[in-house]
Amino acid sequence: MYRSQRLALRYFAAAITLFGVMTAAGLLSALYYVDSSLLYNVFDFQMAKILHINTLVIWLLMGFIGAVYWFLPRELGREVVGIWLAEVLFWIFCAAVAVVAVVFIFVQYGSSDQFSMWFINQGRKYVEAPRWAAVGIVAVVLTFVYNVTATAWRARRMTGILWVLILDLVPLSVLYLDAFPQITNMSHDLYWWWWLVHMWVEGTWEVLIGCLMAWSLMELMGTSRRIVEAWLYIEVMMVLGTGILGLGHHYFWIGTPQYWLGIGGFFSALEPLPLLGMVVHAVYDAGTHHMKTTNRPAFYWVLAEAFGNFIGAGVWGFMMTLPQINLYSHGTQWTVSHGHFAFWGAYGCGVIAIIYLVLQQTRKAQNFDSRAWKWSFALLNLGLVGMVGGLLVAGITQAIYERAQGGSTLQAFVVASENQWFQSGMYARVIFGLLFAIGYLVLVYDLLVIGKRAAVAQRTQEASA
Amino acid sequence: MLVVLTFLTVDSLNVTRAGGIQVPNYDVINQEIGYANDWSRGFEVPVIGASEPLFGRTYSLPEATELMKLGKAVIQSRACMDCHTFFGNGAYYGPDLTKSWLDPAWSQIWMPMTGAATRGDAMVEFLMHPEQYPTWTRQMPNLHLTRAEAQAVVAYLKWMSAVDTNGFPAHFGRIQTQN
Ligand code: HEC
Ligand code: HEM
Ligand code: HEM
Ligand SMILES: [Fe+2]
Repeated sequence: MYRSQRLALRYFAAAITLFGVMTAAGLLSALYYVDSSLLYNVFDFQMAKILHINTLVIWLLMGFIGAVYWFLPRELGREVVGIWLAEVLFWIFCAAVAVVAVVFIFVQYGSSDQFSMWFINQGRKYVEAPRWAAVGIVAVVLTFVYNVTATAWRARRMTGILWVLILDLVPLSVLYLDAFPQITNMSHDLYWWWWLVHMWVEGTWEVLIGCLMAWSLMELMGTSRRIVEAWLYIEVMMVLGTGILGLGHHYFWIGTPQYWLGIGGFFSALEPLPLLGMVVHAVYDAGTHHMKTTNRPAFYWVLAEAFGNFIGAGVWGFMMTLPQINLYSHGTQWTVSHGHFAFWGAYGCGVIAIIYLVLQQTRKAQNFDSRAWKWSFALLNLGLVGMVGGLLVAGITQAIYERAQGGSTLQAFVVASENQWFQSGMYARVIFGLLFAIGYLVLVYDLLVIGKRAAVAQRTQEASA
Repeated sequence: MLVVLTFLTVDSLNVTRAGGIQVPNYDVINQEIGYANDWSRGFEVPVIGASEPLFGRTYSLPEATELMKLGKAVIQSRACMDCHTFFGNGAYYGPDLTKSWLDPAWSQIWMPMTGAATRGDAMVEFLMHPEQYPTWTRQMPNLHLTRAEAQAVVAYLKWMSAVDTNGFPAHFGRIQTQN
């Protein structure tokens, strides 16, 4: 095994740990909606939610970085250049995450000076981490990009997938610089903030997961490189063709010109098409190989990724991307419903699939199966879909009573929040969230043991034969 | 696509600069602000009215700009956006603050409750001690704002309510609070 691959395993362990922190913080965030006196003035909703969404971003990034460190030496047949630097930075990365978490839990927020921005909390959604930590993330990502490009350079070899990956990592990293500025004008602030959020999840991350799924399909089902690369090029063209101007669906109401209603509505309405393409691709591949695979957990999580991406991002996003509907759905639990479905489907499932794929190879298991993975697969997905359903009901209630009828005042907000349908949605989120959390625990157990016993049995069999 | 986006970005940043076509300059806080239907565009837009000093005074443009800088710094440092939305972006635990300055709750609930004489003063009082003036079960925590910080936030919210947001939120204040 390459050193780069050992590093990948460490990244996966960190990612799964943070996935747990994220789930716990998500459950806590959900509890404030059903018991508003919870930890009042001690540890309020905003801090639980900051923990929830920041660990979300970090665990997915760690999963992606780990996956690339795993596939890269296989792709190029050599050790990654500058791997020692990446190994050192991994520990700095983990330490920084821990320090930021401690500051968020115990210090929480500062006063309106620059010290707060540098050392406590920047208060911009998803990128609340103080600037010193953001500098650290830039260092990790730059090292990562250097590792990938320098290795390809040194190997004097390039594959189609690698080209796409490298060209994608550049804008992905540059966009992160958006995590630093403090812009007085809210319209300008949000204008740039959406470049980061939208161009990540609906552009650069989508391309990145496309590369990772291409490698996974080749390994899982032996699909030929020619086929996955052809699909990848088509998908990337379509994602960029629709997603770049699709950005406009966030510029309807922030003070930006009215032409964004047309441009954003039109292009973002086309965004589901490439995602549908990915489903077709995955199903087609599975079909041509008669669903035969030696790694059922990874295979099912890949399918979950394809469908989850299309339904969660494509269908749920499409529902509220036209300005006529977004005027009422904007900024409600409807948005939260889509956010959960899309992040989980497109990225959560993808990272889990890759971890299963990798574990089969490290444990050298021929028969890679267990009962536990089926339970965790069912519980996680059922929990998530149940949550998303409850949130959709709550969000539609808000769209009607708070936005359309009520006119979005404090009173309208209260009326919608006290509505029976809204309340049921909030309880549903807690209950299904608990199922999701149990699914997480089963997942951790399974990841620790799957393939181990099979590998032992196999070795004894070989020995006796 | 990127070329088109570049052109649109230049134009949008110009339209949304303070003093641009859809975003007023910061000294708009010295004036009355309303929200009324514009029949030619088919939705509500902010209406800038007669002079209306804030906290009993009129701010020069540089003073107003400084005040906004502070207001935004307070909003970021306390992570207001992880409970509230601004122009509908943020989190959904608290009400949307886009038109908070125009919320009938200030005159109908919080002015009587705080005993403040003006809307601006009632907002400052609420922001400094939200735990003392709850209107329902879900409450805002005390985020330790100084008076200067709270005033800057109120000025910021007043400016925000004067931004032309293409009609979001629709029919603001259609249901009037009973009084
Ligand atoms: C923990 C979540 C939370 C945080 C953080 C928070 N708020 Fe609130 N805020 C609320 C809740 C809940 C209400 C409704 C309170 C009520 O009706 O009694 C509210 C009400 C308000 C209102 C009145 C809204 C209206 O239009 O009637 C304003 C203004 C406000 N908050 C501003 C702020 C500012 C500015 C910050 C940051 C300094 C902030 N809030 C941080 C939860 C929060
Ligand atoms: C993997 C892809 C995607 C992910 C991870 C994702 C995630 C999210 C998240 C988290 C938000 C909330 C952002 C916030 O305010 O904090 C959001 C908003 C939004 N998304 Fe997506 N999304 C994806 C794809 C799409 C697609 C393909 C569409 C359209 C077809 C879409 C349409 C929207 C719209 C319209 C909003 C704004 C909601 C509002 O007005 O409040 N998304 N998305
Ligand atoms: C136990 C399971 C979970 C629970 C109970 C939960 C709960 C919550 C809550 C209460 C919020 C705050 C919404 C608000 O502002 O009102 C939130 C936000 C968010 N969560 Fe979760 N969550 C869970 C799992 C997940 C998972 C698995 C993902 C993604 C993979 C995720 C991604 C997000 C995102 C992107 C947001 C911001 C969305 C937005 O504001 O539109 N969560 N979650
Ligand atoms: Fe988007």
